[in-house]
Amino acid sequence: MSLVEAGPEQPHTILAPDGTVPTGYESPLDDAALLYAYRLMKLTRVFDTRAFNLQRQGRLGTFSQVTGQEASVVGSALALEPARDWVVPQYRELPAMLHMGYTLTRALLYFRGNPAGNAMPERVNLMPIQISLGTQVPHAVGLAWGLAHQGSDAVVMTYFGDGTSSEGDIHEAMNLAGVRRAPVVFVLQNNGWAISTPVSSQTAASTFASRAAGYGFPGELVDGNDFFAVHEACARAVARAREGAGPTLIESRAYRLGAHNTADDPTRYVDETVEAERWKLDPLLRMQRYMVARGLLDENTEAALDAELTAEMEAAVVEAEAYPPPHVGQIFDHVYASEPPRVARQRRAAEAGAGGGDD
Amino acid sequence: MTEMNIVEAINSTLAAEMEREERIILLGQDIGRVGGVFRVTEGLFERFGAARVVDMPLAEGAIIGSSVGLAVSGLIPIPELQFLGFGSQAFHQIEGQVARMRFRSQGRYAMPMVIRAPFGGGVRTPEMHSDAHEARYAHVPGLKVVAPATAADAKGLLTTAIRDEDPVLFLEPLGGYRLQRDDVPEGEHTVPFGQVRRVREGSDITLIAWSTAVRVALHAADLAAEEGISCAVIDVRTLVPLDEVGLAEAVGRTGRALIVHEAPYSGGFGAEVAATVQQEAFWTLQAPIRRVTAYDTPYPIASIEQLYIPSAERVLEGIRLGIGEA
Repeated sequence: MSLVEAGPEQPHTILAPDGTVPTGYESPLDDAALLYAYRLMKLTRVFDTRAFNLQRQGRLGTFSQVTGQEASVVGSALALEPARDWVVPQYRELPAMLHMGYTLTRALLYFRGNPAGNAMPERVNLMPIQISLGTQVPHAVGLAWGLAHQGSDAVVMTYFGDGTSSEGDIHEAMNLAGVRRAPVVFVLQNNGWAISTPVSSQTAASTFASRAAGYGFPGELVDGNDFFAVHEACARAVARAREGAGPTLIESRAYRLGAHNTADDPTRYVDETVEAERWKLDPLLRMQRYMVARGLLDENTEAALDAELTAEMEAAVVEAEAYPPPHVGQIFDHVYASEPPRVARQRRAAEAGAGGGDD
Repeated sequence: MTEMNIVEAINSTLAAEMEREERIILLGQDIGRVGGVFRVTEGLFERFGAARVVDMPLAEGAIIGSSVGLAVSGLIPIPELQFLGFGSQAFHQIEGQVARMRFRSQGRYAMPMVIRAPFGGGVRTPEMHSDAHEARYAHVPGLKVVAPATAADAKGLLTTAIRDEDPVLFLEPLGGYRLQRDDVPEGEHTVPFGQVRRVREGSDITLIAWSTAVRVALHAADLAAEEGISCAVIDVRTLVPLDEVGLAEAVGRTGRALIVHEAPYSGGFGAEVAATVQQEAFWTLQAPIRRVTAYDTPYPIASIEQLYIPSAERVLEGIRLGIGEA
């Protein structure tokens, strides 16, 4: 087993694993924005840890951790303005969704199997989590095209992974985006694995970013463990899209530090020593070192933040577990705007607890 | 009333609805400059411009997939699949995404789109174009499936489909696009979903069909009349929602039913109609419900397609068998 295959092209990095930045580098984000970003990354880790335990206790269904991709997701999403722009997620982008206005409670509801988890409140510019991989990417292109058609300067950011890159929808969507110069940013998070399948089984190319040339728009390869590198590339891509210059593909080369999901056992296919090496590149640790060096964080403020985030998570757990359980009518709700008569009859029978089985 | 064929009826309806509703956007392969391979969108590109009548890359999945996003953005997309036979390359978007986005998003994202697609055979297209795949779409919860047989219904049902908030697969009769001219009501004309059309009254047996097969059923009814058999003909019009009451009543009037469709027999939508009729009209039935359909074989190459699609003669044989029973 190997590390993520690094091609001859090295990803653009700003923030080194020891938390240092090149001399003279100035963060484009101010202190408040950096604290917001760090908080979101850390909250994601808190969610992952707590939710994993809940899943093991039978209080949560199958879910996928973000662990290892916090810089990649937060760095990209923070290039967007939630009130104006849109996120079309896959399923491993919790902090991007939180940035847009999604809540921890809804995330817990979703993974508890409650339909309310996918209900985006009005004015939250998010599409539902996508499970049928790749299908969300043409949606994002259509959304970007439709918004531009109506005179908006909104930008759509969509996420997918190295595994999903093999789906036909990705080719169709990126090609269409190029043709229509759609204001969309494709964030391909290359985390090394599609469940147990390594990147080398998904592509013979040394980078995914190089695909963009074939579609007539730029592609950039960035260090996905580096908040600043991801954010800088995505901010540039968002600016391009906003001014009408069309799409960009960002390959954010991170590493999945956890399992594919709570049903997966990576010890069957990931080498322990590799895993230990990868933890040394932990994007959260790297950001923490930077924050400390910048004077934005110390032992006391870190401890206070830990307590605050843990409390926030606990409040969400309490709220989600107290949420009314779904009822049988929700099998029918929102399927149709105008329900066909036989579906209405099925609803009545189901709600009455009737058996039968004819219809 | 104006005499039109089905192509003209769809074209003028699209134009009228686009005039009425600015949010409508058409997208598909070759629908713009050339006006569609069957000229259904002829003149719309010139009239409404390249931003609203969009020639798309050759990718069914992207045509439907981007329509999902267009709908989320607030538009009313009317994507065209050039042939339903190629709909398989968009099926994952139709079944998995279009039809259940409203449900998955708990009502936030309706999909008020109309997917237009010619379907069925009889015009000697190359392989793979002509399959009658309606049953697989009727099996998709969240999707409505409409299949007009006349120009008047093409106008009325298309208008209803465009104004319906649910996604609609609008199946256009490839073989019947220009076969006949019908009287089409002028001005505003809508046909509600879920109401069968009583095409012809009769007393001995009820023929049930949709789309191009309605013509075949009518032809067979003419042949049967020469033998003294009186056939009622019913046009189902909308597979989803299905007019269960209308079907049961139509069969109840004769006590016999024969279903005609261009799709293969097994798992065809005729099976759904038959099951519905036997449940709703069992005590009126005097004979088993029969089906005359294409065979359980792949759609054949052009020179033998007429032997595959149910002919009036095959339907007549089915009528004779149906009348002879019980």
